[in-house]
Amino acid sequence: MLQNPPRRAPFASQLAIYGTLLAVVLLAPALGAYPVFVLKVLCFALFACAFNLLIGYTGLLSFGHAAFFGGAGYVAGHAMKAWGLTPELGLLLGTAFAALTGLAMGALAIRRQGIYFSMITLALAQMLFFFCLQAPFTGGEDGIQGIPRGKLLGLLPLDNDLTLYYVVLAIVVAAFALIVRTIHSPFGQILKAIKENEPRAVSLGYDVDRFKLLAFVLSAALSGLAGSLKALVLGFETLTDVHWSMSGAVILMTLVGGLGTLTGPIVGAFVVIALENKLGDLGTFLARATGVAWFDTLGESVTMVTGVIFVICVLTFRRGIVGEIIGLAAQYRPPRKPAAPAGSHLVDGG
Amino acid sequence: MTFDIGIPLPALMSQLLLGLVNGAFYAMLSLGLAVIFGLLNVINFAHGALFMLGAVLAWAGMEYAGLNYWVMLALSPLVVAVIGVVIEKSMLRWIYKLDHIYGLLLTLGITLVIEGVLRSIYGVSGLPYSPPDALQGATDLGFMILPNYRAWVVAASLVVCLGTWFTIERTKLGAYLRAGTENPKIVEAFGVNVPLMVTLTYGFGVALAAFAGVLAAPVIQVSPLMGQNLIIVVFAVVVIGGMGSIMGSIVTGLGLGVIEGLTKVFYPQASSTVVFFIMVIVLMLRPAGLFGKEK
Repeated sequence: MLQNPPRRAPFASQLAIYGTLLAVVLLAPALGAYPVFVLKVLCFALFACAFNLLIGYTGLLSFGHAAFFGGAGYVAGHAMKAWGLTPELGLLLGTAFAALTGLAMGALAIRRQGIYFSMITLALAQMLFFFCLQAPFTGGEDGIQGIPRGKLLGLLPLDNDLTLYYVVLAIVVAAFALIVRTIHSPFGQILKAIKENEPRAVSLGYDVDRFKLLAFVLSAALSGLAGSLKALVLGFETLTDVHWSMSGAVILMTLVGGLGTLTGPIVGAFVVIALENKLGDLGTFLARATGVAWFDTLGESVTMVTGVIFVICVLTFRRGIVGEIIGLAAQYRPPRKPAAPAGSHLVDGG
Repeated sequence: MTFDIGIPLPALMSQLLLGLVNGAFYAMLSLGLAVIFGLLNVINFAHGALFMLGAVLAWAGMEYAGLNYWVMLALSPLVVAVIGVVIEKSMLRWIYKLDHIYGLLLTLGITLVIEGVLRSIYGVSGLPYSPPDALQGATDLGFMILPNYRAWVVAASLVVCLGTWFTIERTKLGAYLRAGTENPKIVEAFGVNVPLMVTLTYGFGVALAAFAGVLAAPVIQVSPLMGQNLIIVVFAVVVIGGMGSIMGSIVTGLGLGVIEGLTKVFYPQASSTVVFFIMVIVLMLRPAGLFGKEK
């Protein structure tokens, strides 16, 4: 069984967590953070949250999410650059492409279970990678460069980093709210039931395959939105985003933050992106602090460090950062008052 | 796509042979994956990296110690087997009771570490490695020119694959292994040291990958990235064949290699994706795989 996430924190502390998170991202540019960097983190955070919808709440490990993220980025980038469409249309097209690809991939992949599911999604995503490598409009090894930011709805120019920042932030927050709403909806509860015990869900009369497919398409579409946003923010799209290592990266973000926790993927995305960007500095610092010259080369060994984090996470740290924090908090919290009214536990699932 | 006479027979035959060579690698790798999955319930993502390690070791043996191809053909799988035993004993052992996906994630991490380390030493460009003197040149068969080394790769891997099949299906040791795959608890109750068997199985599986790697060293360019794309194709092969049968893995691997080779002749644009297309078709018609049993 997948490690179960700890129970949901009480409402007040949830409000505090989300409030703090929102305040931080709202004020980040004012506090001196580079808006484009924060935006990049936000795109990956949305990507990881969308991915988590599948692994954390449905128990399906997709190894092909790069196809949605990168594929949508290519479509959005091409639409905005070659066709001159406005950003919102570009984002919409990218998302729609990801949803359709997700429908096709999901319909095939859910025909097998467990580990085969992961292998099939990986292989199908690799197909898309080869397509992007050969197709004329993707620009091959160079990718699509110089994607214009354009004007939102044809009115609001996004050239200013700050304007772009708040527009993208609004979209990401809305998408995150959609994910939270989905998880707490009856649909989300059925997904969780499938994850916990698929045969029982079947015996209760649920069309499990249909729910799995819906979850897959939703996750793919949101990943596509994240990928389209990233293309808009950074202004380029390359093969890196459709390569399988991107699927690996999103798995790592979710794992580090905490599978099946709402805020975990956000934390994980921040940690992984920050690590990728700052590993060189960290290495220099370690080299100076410890006197070991080898640390100076740490910046070139991102792959290796990523691998080590993977191994450590799987062996000792399966609940992830947020999962561990919630677990610790639950230990020190006084036990709940007994004699809750009958039936109230039904609506109180994680 | 034309099946006309436009393609001369020798060109067709040489692509067919190249396909067989690739198919031999698929067969050996998917065989190892199947044996490991059967007993350990772990999909070994690191298989591609260990294949690559086998090839790089062959190159390093020549470069640093002057050890020739034949020595490394024996030594490199042994070294990789020892590394495999260490991996199994120190890491894989702790996750058998968890969901299968943790096995995949752990071996993915191991892959990244191995590839990352070798990349930081050797970069991503190819390391030149030539076939041994005895196998250089080609034989004229009349209807085609047969490069000796490629013939040797196909022959050697067939022998190894069939040997593995014989060991697992026809010997006492293989019977233990099959019983362990079926029900490890009962086999342990009969006094068989199952944990040891598990360790050795992993060691054997990755040694097979390393052996394939050494065979591949003179035909595929040796580089720290050579296992990456291969392992994904091998995953597709495993999905197509199903992991239930040893002979199934061998036949599927070779067959897909040949199909891929033929695609290179008739429709080269699709040669890198044809295996995935076949996977899609198989999933639609027979979801359990050609030789698989739906649980």
